[in-house]
Parts: sequence; C-alpha cells; structure tokens
Amino acid sequence: MTRPALASGRRNRLVLLVVGLVAALSLPWLIYPPVALDIACWALFAVAVDLLLGYTGLLSFGHAAFWGGAAYISGLIALNTGLPFPVAVLGGAAGAALLALPIGYLSVRRSGIYFAMVTLAFAQMVYFVVNQWRDVTGGENGLQGIPREFFGLDLSDPFYFYYFALPLILLGLLAAWRIVHSPFGRVLTAIRDNPARARALGYPVDRYKLLVFVLSAALSGLAGGLFAISHGFSSLQEVNWTTSGNVIMMVVLGGIGTLWGSVIGAALVVELNDYLATAGFEEIGLVTGAIFVVMVLLFRKGIWGTARDALRRREARPSGEDPEPDASAEAGTPAAPVERAGR
Amino acid sequence: MLQQAFNGLVGGAFYALLALGLAVIFGMLRVVNFAHGAFYMLGAFGAYIMLSEWGVSFWLALVLVPAVLAVLGIVLERLLIRRLADLDPLYNFLLTFGLTLILQDLVRSRYGVQSQPYPQPAGLTGTIDLGPFTYPAYQVFVLAVSVAVCVAVWAVLARTRVGVIVRAATERPELTRSLGIDVGRWVAPVFGFGVALAGLAGVLAAPMRAVNPLMGADLIITVFAVVVIGGLGSIFGSVAAGFAIGLIAAIGNLYVPALSQTLVFILMAVVLLWRPAGLFGREEALS
Repeated sequence: MTRPALASGRRNRLVLLVVGLVAALSLPWLIYPPVALDIACWALFAVAVDLLLGYTGLLSFGHAAFWGGAAYISGLIALNTGLPFPVAVLGGAAGAALLALPIGYLSVRRSGIYFAMVTLAFAQMVYFVVNQWRDVTGGENGLQGIPREFFGLDLSDPFYFYYFALPLILLGLLAAWRIVHSPFGRVLTAIRDNPARARALGYPVDRYKLLVFVLSAALSGLAGGLFAISHGFSSLQEVNWTTSGNVIMMVVLGGIGTLWGSVIGAALVVELNDYLATAGFEEIGLVTGAIFVVMVLLFRKGIWGTARDALRRREARPSGEDPEPDASAEAGTPAAPVERAGR
Repeated sequence: MLQQAFNGLVGGAFYALLALGLAVIFGMLRVVNFAHGAFYMLGAFGAYIMLSEWGVSFWLALVLVPAVLAVLGIVLERLLIRRLADLDPLYNFLLTFGLTLILQDLVRSRYGVQSQPYPQPAGLTGTIDLGPFTYPAYQVFVLAVSVAVCVAVWAVLARTRVGVIVRAATERPELTRSLGIDVGRWVAPVFGFGVALAGLAGVLAAPMRAVNPLMGADLIITVFAVVVIGGLGSIFGSVAAGFAIGLIAAIGNLYVPALSQTLVFILMAVVLLWRPAGLFGREEALS
C-alpha cells in the first residue's frame, strides 16, 4: 500500500474516532437517556461477541450466560455490600470471566457449528441454575432494587448516570480495539482463516481460542453488569437464549468482523426494540426473525461491511488499483470473515 | 425405580425422534436446523388446530400434520436454505434461528402463551398392566411409535436404494455426484422428511405435554446437547443417545432431584472431556 493511502487510512480512522466519541457524549441529549444507556451496554456486548465471531471465527450462541451471569453477580455485590457501582460491575466482569474458563475450555474442543451448539447448551445450563437457585437469584422474580452507589452521589437520574457509566463502556471498547490490533489479534485472525496453518506454525490454537473466549466473556460481563445496575434489576431474560440471539443479530446487522458495525447494529436494534415496545407491538420476534433472515440471505457483510466496501471501490478506481475490496483489506478488518466454502 | 426408568424412556423417545431428524438433515445438508424445535411446536399446534377447528381426530392428525410439515420443509429448503448451501454452515444456523423467532411469534400472536388443552385420543386413555406396575397406555404408545419409526428409518437407510444414495451423499457428496447420482435432487426431500419427524414428535407430544409456542425452543437446546453427546454425524449415535439420556435423566432425577434439568448438560461436559467428537462420532478434520 502506498504512503498517501496509509496516511488517508489513518486520518479516516481518526475522524471516525472523533465522530464516535462526540456521538457517545451527546447521545443522552438526543434520545431518551435510559435508551442511551441500553445502547451503550449492548454496543459493548456486541463488540465482545464480534471478537469471537468476526475475529476468531467462533460463533458463540451462549453469551447470555456471561452477560446475564455478570448481571446477577454485579446485582448481588451492589445489593449486599453497598460498594460503589464500578466495583460491582468489575466484580461481575471477573465472575463472567471465571465462568467462561470451564465453559470455554470444554467448548473450544469443538469448532464450527458444534461450537455454537455446545455454547448454547452450556448457557441453557446456566439459565436453569439461575432459575432454580431461588434463595440467591430470586428465581422468576429476579433481583430487584439494585442500588447505584457511588460515594453518596445521587445517580437516580439516568441522564447523569450515563456519564458515570460511559467511561466503563469506553474502557471495554478500547480493550476490544487493543485486542484486535495487537499481535495476539493477528494470531486470532490467522486461526480464523486457516486453523491448520496456524497450528502448523506452532501456535497453540486451542489456548488462543480459550483466552479470547474468556476476554470476550469478561467484556460481555462488564456490559451486562452495567446493564443490571442501570436498570436496577436483573431478570431471567438476561440469561435466556434469546439474549444470545439478540446480540448475534446486532453483530450480523452491523457487519461481522467490524467493531464499528457492532456498535451501530446495537444502536439500531435497541432503538427498534424501544420503538416497537412503545408502539405496543408484542410480536418482536416477527421483526427480529425477519431481519435475521434478510441479513443472512442478502446482506451478509452487514451495514458497515457493505458501506466500507462501496467506499473502497470508489477510492480504488481513480488510482487504477484493482477494484477488488479484498486487495486493499487492511489489518484485522477483513471483508467477509466467515464467508468461505462450506464443506 | 422401574417405572421411573420407563418415564425416562418415554422422554427419551422425544429426544430420539428430534435427534434423528436433526442427524438426517445434518448428514445430507451439513445444516444444523435450529428451527427443529419450532417445527415440533408446529406439529403439536397442527394437531390442536385440526382438532379444534375441523374436528380432525388424533389418528388422522398423526399422518396429516407430518405430511403438511414435510411440504413446508421442502418449500423452505428450496426458497431459503438452498441459497446458503455453499457457504459456511453457520449462516444456515442463523437463518433457521431467524425462522424460529418468526414461527414462534406467529403462533403466539394467534394463540398467546397459555398452554392449549389436547385430550388423550380415544382408545389410549386407560392404563396397561406391564407386570411389575401399570402404566398409562398413551405413554406406552408414544414409546412404541418412536421405536418403530427409528427402526423403520434405519431399515430404509440400510436396505433401500434411496437409503444407499442418502448414505453415500452423506459420506462423500463429491464422489457420489461423480458416479452420476443427482445428489441435489434428494436434498429437499430429506430436509422435508427431517421436518416431518419433528412434526410427528410434536403431534405425539400434544396429548401429554403443554401445547404452547415456547415448547420447542427449550426442548431443542436439550436435543442439541443430546446430539453433541451422541455425535451428530452418526444417525445411530444420535438416536441411541436420545433414549439413553432420557433414561439417565429420569433415574438421576430419582436420586438427585436438584439436577433434573442440568444433568444432560453435565453429561455433555463429560463427553466433551472424554470423547470430544461424541460417543459415536468421528473426529472432524481441522479447518
């Protein structure tokens, strides 16, 4: 790649970063603050899932276990200790990571479609445990009245709480970005594209997969814990399989293997759900299911992937380069990661 | 104890029928059909709707509902699933997940989340004396049908020309094609057949289980664990695991009731540690 192109790529990324930060800071002015909080939490959750799906080629259908598990753990810490809410949230994230250790260890023994089934099954096990362990989790009532403690400050207004929660979310997003753009992240994409070669080169593939699984679970837990604190309750919905499906839809909608796409997918889905719920439309599955079907059939690159490829093609043409998007694909952001021959 | 074991086998009968359909579809299409649970639910609702709207008896529904669902399956395969056949199987998993959400909420929008009543069919309402204990006749019937269907499918696969083609296409699709057999022609019928099996299980479930839109989703996740244990590539393994898990879960329930819902997942964890490819599965190639 030529030098000016590199510089323009860096400038583009800087512009994107500034636009993203401004959007994040102004969000509660633009929309209903509780919805802005939901968007922030789900965006981090979607980015965490995309670390696995987009950058390692692993479809986890069980991340509700980590999001929901952390929601309960954070809720319990906040309810029982009265510690400041960031401590409770980080405790939830640590709990999710601990939970991911055995689940990940067992799940990475299978790959592809089996990995999806195994993670889904383990998450269902977590669901049953949470449901049955009534003394601790409250069973079907869930945890109620989770406080938002922060050195005695009054954070009951979601508008102000948003700005206290945002640093944790940005920290999580930064961590995801660092993982993707590190040597470790390059190994992950190598494993995604050709696991046999990665192993032949001497990389312990399963250990890499386990590590990114745990990291992804920790970030999901950060998001889930914050979600529980911001809502003041944690319910069985958080550990249900539909939550795992929901976050995957955000990733697919935004574009698999694009961190920005996951953020946008999360924002769109949360807004849509909020709109449908306010309109009194109860059969949300009809809409989300249809989005799934249409995206998978027609727009597998998602919103971000499609837009980026279109932009690249336009940029490539005047300079006489090959208009193939893959030829100019930059580090860690491939065009269509999971798109390869099936058998 | 014996009676509990029998309960387990009846529960296992449903696992086995669903796992059989999943395994047949997976063998031919390399697709893990998430919507399998939704088709099971549609089977139960099909029987309920036929009885309440048109007075169609259980016995007729037992044939009609799977036939209708087979047609639905063939249409879905032709219209949607086929388009993703050459891509990573994960895309079809996501597609069928989307279909699950649509089917589930279509039914819910019409019938709500309450369970619908379905009477036990005439002639199977009493109990049967099985020697050491008496047992509800309907449950014995379910077990018999399930075993019969599993044996029949095995016979078809092992003994008929269709079976040979399906098995060959499962093992070596390219080679089978190069021998002049039109593999593509069999894909839609096999998918339809798998869906019909789920529908049959649904009809059988209607008189003894709660008929509601969510009945399939919870069951299918457990069945996923069952086929991971059995080895999805092996049709025999999937069916055997279905019955075995039903039996073990029921007996486990007798000793450790707290584990009743989680035991199957614990078994899955043990199998993943011990034989990651499943009890009857083969190690998949890396890549």
